[in-house]
Parts: sequence; structure tokens; C-alpha cells
Amino acid sequence: MSTARAGIEKDPYLAAFARLRKESPAWKGSWTRPLREAAITRFAEIGFPTLQEEEWRKTSVAPILRVPFAAQPAYSANGFTAKALERYTFEPWECTHLVFINGHFAPGLSRLRPLPEGVIVEPLAQALEKRRDEIEPHLARHADDRHHAFAALNTAFMQDGVYVRIADGASIEEPLHLLFISTSRGEPVVSYPRNLIVAGKGSRLSIVESYVGPHHDLYFTDALTEIVAGEDAAVDHYRLQRESEKAFHVAVLQADLGRYARLGSWNISLGGGLVRTDVNALFGAEGGEVRLDGLYITGGSQHVDNHTLIDHASPGCTSHELYKGVLDDRSRGVFDGRIIVRKDAQKTDAHQTNKNLLVSEDALVDSTPRLQILADDVKCTHGATIGQIDEDAMFYLRTRAISEAAARNLLIQAFVSEVLHGMRIEPIRAGLECLLFTRLRKGHGAGVEA
Amino acid sequence: MLQIRNLHARAGDKEILRGIDLDLKAGEVHAIMGPNGSGKSTLANVLAGRESVEVTKGQVLYLGRDLLAMPPEERAWEGLFLAFQYPVEIPGVSTLYLLKAGLNAIRKHRGLPEVDAIEFLALIKEKMKLVDIDQSFLSRAVNEGFSGGEKKRNEVLQMAVLDPKLAILDETDSGLDIDALRVVANGVNGLRSKERSMLVITHYQRLLNYVVPDRVHVLYNGRIVRSGDKDLALALEKKGYAWIEQEARGMAAGAPPSA
Repeated sequence: MSTARAGIEKDPYLAAFARLRKESPAWKGSWTRPLREAAITRFAEIGFPTLQEEEWRKTSVAPILRVPFAAQPAYSANGFTAKALERYTFEPWECTHLVFINGHFAPGLSRLRPLPEGVIVEPLAQALEKRRDEIEPHLARHADDRHHAFAALNTAFMQDGVYVRIADGASIEEPLHLLFISTSRGEPVVSYPRNLIVAGKGSRLSIVESYVGPHHDLYFTDALTEIVAGEDAAVDHYRLQRESEKAFHVAVLQADLGRYARLGSWNISLGGGLVRTDVNALFGAEGGEVRLDGLYITGGSQHVDNHTLIDHASPGCTSHELYKGVLDDRSRGVFDGRIIVRKDAQKTDAHQTNKNLLVSEDALVDSTPRLQILADDVKCTHGATIGQIDEDAMFYLRTRAISEAAARNLLIQAFVSEVLHGMRIEPIRAGLECLLFTRLRKGHGAGVEA
Repeated sequence: MLQIRNLHARAGDKEILRGIDLDLKAGEVHAIMGPNGSGKSTLANVLAGRESVEVTKGQVLYLGRDLLAMPPEERAWEGLFLAFQYPVEIPGVSTLYLLKAGLNAIRKHRGLPEVDAIEFLALIKEKMKLVDIDQSFLSRAVNEGFSGGEKKRNEVLQMAVLDPKLAILDETDSGLDIDALRVVANGVNGLRSKERSMLVITHYQRLLNYVVPDRVHVLYNGRIVRSGDKDLALALEKKGYAWIEQEARGMAAGAPPSA
């Protein structure tokens, strides 16, 4: 890809920004304006990544750039009803659901429940001006948009999402569910969901982000979430990517952890045509604990790229990472797991595992563990496997009266159960298990969600 | 029950079974003995339907049907069971789930309703007594981290639950100390019945002290070279396989020795 061409690809985005700069009422006079300006300038400088860039070696974003996406300027339900949401809300799961359609908050479709004291949950667009004092120190201060074009675009164009703040010592037991729905209705739409979660000292919270869209819809989601976990805070974060099989989905999760803070992250990718997620955790102080679990189940011609980065910038922190992939048909998976142990991060304990199951001859996966260890008193392990369904296990199950198809499905389920069983929200765990089971039973192999 | 006629089979390009003939009637227990490499496990695998072993000649009738035409699961539905010499570890699948899925598949094939969780638990508890297995066993992943003895007991438990018409025990005694051997043998004996046939494959005679066979066949170099009653096993124990090997070489004058 030549620089000249890359320049052309940026143009529609730069033009869209120029238009909004003139016309958007929400931008006018907002303190976020300089943030947006700085971000679009960075984007103009770096442009879209090419395959020559180390971080994008395995994923070409060219298909995204060929489609003339446009953002929807204001909220519209686009024909969505509460009934249509049921397949995405893990019924009868009782929790707060905040629904967004094409990037805009959908008050009529959201279900808000009473929140405990010290907990603020608000659509970000509303909170931005109202709570400037508490948001400004964090928004776009944690995620790195200097090297990531899509992160820069998200900051430049951010529409809505959620702002969560848990006061010191406060907690919310019920999970929060953010449901981002995209639907293009013939006009390829792009949305820029943006979330900021600030968990105070000793607080507890679990949050679920779902990204969904109707079948065959062509759209693009460029999402970014920043989590700031204060001292001794415990945050569980689930991202469930169930986009349309034609959709593009690029997302960044950045979590910065304070002293003894704990983060659990489950990154589940089931849908999408071209998917790239970056899950990054930074230990900003000693004693933190991170658990990064991931699962990507692909079929058809899906391409799913998972990048993770755990930055052990402080001593005495622990990270456990487990990513598993099941790849069917002609799909392609990428796992790139980076762990940096900085010079002063003594007593680091870091473990990374990536296991892949190829269930078709044409599926492909790239697994790259990248460990940079600059401290000497550390415990770091990593392992990656790529395998096929175990023929001995298949034979064993079949001699136990289990049919070939059922045995194959059982082994796939068993393979993914290690990740699913770790999930701490029962309706999500059971819902995903059920989803997967139905899909396997329909004979879609591990393919795109049906 | 089982009629094997002139069975030839190979794995890769190596011919392993070179013409086996065997008749096993309902309720009979036959032992297949033989030195390492004689083809005992290959025979067990061919009967259970392992695809990596290729049958090149011959026929196997099971309850009057062409056994070799059936996929492994259909053989199981029809009442054939193989207790593995090396039971496979299956992480993520509990023993309880495996047994219930297997039993219900068999019941479905026979037009019977599925057993519910309560019936199944009652059944399995009763069968567990047979092999002296703790209930915690059931929630563990199939064979994962099991000791050799636990794996073999698990095989016998599965046999008890699936209630086969024909059970093939492939070196179920190997790797067991005398106490474990006794437990496993008692389990097997508890499952002997007039309707159930068993093919007990073993290298050593010691299992046959407990599970006394009706017939003993000696497999050597892919053929049954000698058959007799239980005394044949005792004779083998005393004289060793060299005796059979010499005799077989004499018999097959000019045939190539075992590879």
C-alpha cells in the first residue's frame, strides 16, 4: 500500500471531521473540542496501518477503507423494539441494560435499575459537560491513540457510551450491561462507542459490553473503553462481540491499575467479518492482579485478530492470561500477546497461554507470544498450541456410543469450557454456552453465529 | 454372538492380523493371549472400529450383522464395548456427562426414553459399588489425572453402565498392582452373565486366575496358533511364549518371522 493511496483513504474521515467541526451542536464550545482536534491531527499524521507495521502485520484493514461509511448524526431507534433486544440481553437476566443504537443512547430501550449510593452510571454524552471536572482528568488520558489510528479516530469522533464512576469504598453488585447495536439499513454506518470507567479506592464493579448487529448488515464499529481502577479496586470486564458476519469491528480496551487493584477481563469474539481487538492492561503501582481471558470462535471467512498487552510497569504484580481459539471453515485467527516486564518490576508473576483448535483444513491461526523481560527476579511463562481435534479422543467417545458429530461438538465445547467456566456472571456464562451449543448442534461447526 | 473369519488387517503398510478365525457364543468368556506385537490390541481396535487400522480381508459377523460396516458408535449402540488398554484423557468432559450421553444414545437407538438425572444417579451409584469408586470421580474430567488403577476401574464402570452384550477388555490388567487387579477382576466377574460375552485380551495369565475363561486362544504373529481351555493359560505361564513361538515357526515352515 503506497503512502499516496493511504492518504486518499484518510480523506473521507478528515472531511467528515471538518463537517462536524462546523455543524455539530454537541462539539460547539465543548471542552472536548481540543481533544478531538488533537486526535484528528494525530490520525492525519499516522494514517491507517499497513501490513508493514509490526502491530498490524497479520491484519489488513483495506476492506474497511473500501466502504464509504458514515456516522448517524442523531439518535433513531431504527425500528428496534424492546422485543428485538431479547436475544441480546440474556433473559431473564436482571440488571441495568444501557442500549445504544448506531452509537447513540437509546433511552426508550434501556432498562435502568436503582443504583447504590456512590455509583454514577450515565450516558457519556450527557456526563461530559455536567461532570467535566471528574471526566477531564481521565478521558483520553489512558488509551494510547498516538500509535493506533482507530483509537485516534474514536477520540476524534466519539459519540456516546457510558460513564461509570464508583466512589471510594462503594460497590455495585449487579453487573452493568452496555448493549451497542448497529444496523445499517442499506447505508453503511460507522459508530464510535466510547466508555470511561473510574473505579475508586476499594470499589467493586462488573461491566459487560455487548456489540451486536443483524445478520448480513454491513457496518463498522470503532470502540474504545478506558478503565481506571483505583487502589484495591476490583473490576470485571466482559466484552462480547457478536457483530454481523459482514461487520468490521475494531476496539481497544485500556485498563490502568492502581495499587493492589484487580482486573478480570473476558474478551469473547463470536461474530464480525473483520475484527481487531486490543486489550491492554497497565500496572501503574505495585501488587496489582490481572486476569485476561479470551475466546474467539470463527467460521466462514471471518478474520479475528486479538492483541493483548500487559505492561508490568510496577513490582509485585501478577498476570494470568488465557486465550483460546476455535477456527472453522476458511477463517483466520491471530493472537499476539505482549508482556513487558519493566526494569523495576521485580517479583512479577506473569503467565500466558494461547491454545487454538483448528476444526477445518482451511482454517488458519497465527500465535505470537512476545515477552520483553527487563527485570531479573520474575516468574514468567508462556505457551502456545495449535492443534486439531484429538482423533484418539474422538474414537474413545464414539466407542462410548456418542455419534461422530456429537463427539466433535463435545470436544469443541470441552475445549472452550476452560474459558467459559471462569466467567463470574452466571447468565452470561450460561447464555454463551447455550449459544455455542445451539450453533454446534445446527451443524455450523464453530462458524458464525446463526 | 461374534464370528470372525479369516480377518486380515494392517496399520500403515504393516500387516498385523494375518487370518484370524474365532467364534464367541453368548455368555462365553474367551481369553486372547500372546506376546507383545502379536496383534492382540489391533484385533480389539478392529472390532471396536478404529479407522487407522485397515481391514484388508475377511469378515466379522456380530449378532448376524456385518460388524465392519458399522461406524464405532453404531457398534456401541448395538451393544459392543471396548475397555481401552490406554484410556484417553478428555479434559473438560466429566465422567458423569460422558456416561449419561452414552447411555442415552444407546437407549435412543433402542427406542427407549432417555433416563433423567435422578434415575441416572441411582443407576450409577449402584454400578459404582462394583468397582469401589468414590462419587467424586464422576465430576472429574474423563481420565484426566487419574492413576492407572483409576483409569481401569473407570473403564469397568463405563462397561457396567453401558451394559454391553459383547465386552472386549484390552489388557485391563496391565499396570495394576494385585489389589487393583482384584477390584477390577471382581467388577468384571460381577458383569458376567448368560447373555453377555467377553473377549479378555491379556499378556499375562494372572487376570485369568480371577476371570476364568471358557476358552483361551494364543495369538502369535497375527494368527491364532493354539486354542484350548483355561489350562492352556497355565501352561503358557509355566513354559512362556517361546514355546509357542517355536511351535508356530515349525507350523508355518518358511513363513517370515515376526517383524
